[in-house]
Amino acid sequence: MEKSTTTSPRVAESKELARKDDSSRYSDAALTPPVDVVEDSGGITLFADLPGVSRDKLSLQVASDTLTIDAESGLSVPEGLESSHTEVGLARFRRVFTLSKELDTNAISAELSQGVLKLRIPKAEHAQPRRIEIQAA
Amino acid sequence: MYRSLFPRDMFAEMDRLQREMQQAFDLSPTIRGFGRNGFPALNIGGTPKTVEVYAFAPGVDPSSLEVNLERGLLTIAGRRANNLPGSDAKAAVHINERFEGSFRRVLTLPDDADPDAVTAKYRDGVLHITVQRRASSQPRRISVQ
Repeated sequence: MEKSTTTSPRVAESKELARKDDSSRYSDAALTPPVDVVEDSGGITLFADLPGVSRDKLSLQVASDTLTIDAESGLSVPEGLESSHTEVGLARFRRVFTLSKELDTNAISAELSQGVLKLRIPKAEHAQPRRIEIQAA
Repeated sequence: MYRSLFPRDMFAEMDRLQREMQQAFDLSPTIRGFGRNGFPALNIGGTPKTVEVYAFAPGVDPSSLEVNLERGLLTIAGRRANNLPGSDAKAAVHINERFEGSFRRVLTLPDDADPDAVTAKYRDGVLHITVQRRASSQPRRISVQ
């Protein structure tokens, strides 16, 4: 009896956490922005369409090996606007990518201009292509 | 434009479903259709004094954007340059979803739109067009004599 009372709060807590995680994943719905991803020998360049997003409404996060692009469109809409046709129905954009090990997450550079995000993720020093000298014996 | 790799995909099925629903409920779309899935995406709304059009066209050179209004038809045209490497470059394109090339979208404005009072602003990749409604069609209070 003693045992069950000590374990049950912990179980409840973990359930609560799980629910919180779930709801945050589904409640704030977001659009998936279209992207272009190009890789060259020095790294990866990513372009993402984020119309209406200003610099302060864009959040980029790298946690271990996932890159999260989270952005909010800051459209100013006149008062009393009645929508008659909507193709962009949400003001939030989100997309998550899994990065690979050879990418240097500390050296990511980002640029946002006219609603297009340009991300440059260079490859880590040790993953850069090297020319190996062949020594004549 | 939505570029479909597999013609019988979910979106195509949904389009078909939409058409069949329209037939079934005898809804009559305008002769120019709904024109969804185009570039740029459009949001259209109105206030009592204006018609507001938002065109989501990120990464377009503002000088290449053309907005025309003729006989009640609003045309938004332009070109979006691609930033992908040429075929000779030593680069691999892993994902290519973004629109590239020329675009043109046409929409019908309501009859009371005033073609002489249009403003267009391009900011953060969104083109915002405001068309004033004619004063004569705005609600007025008629004084009783």
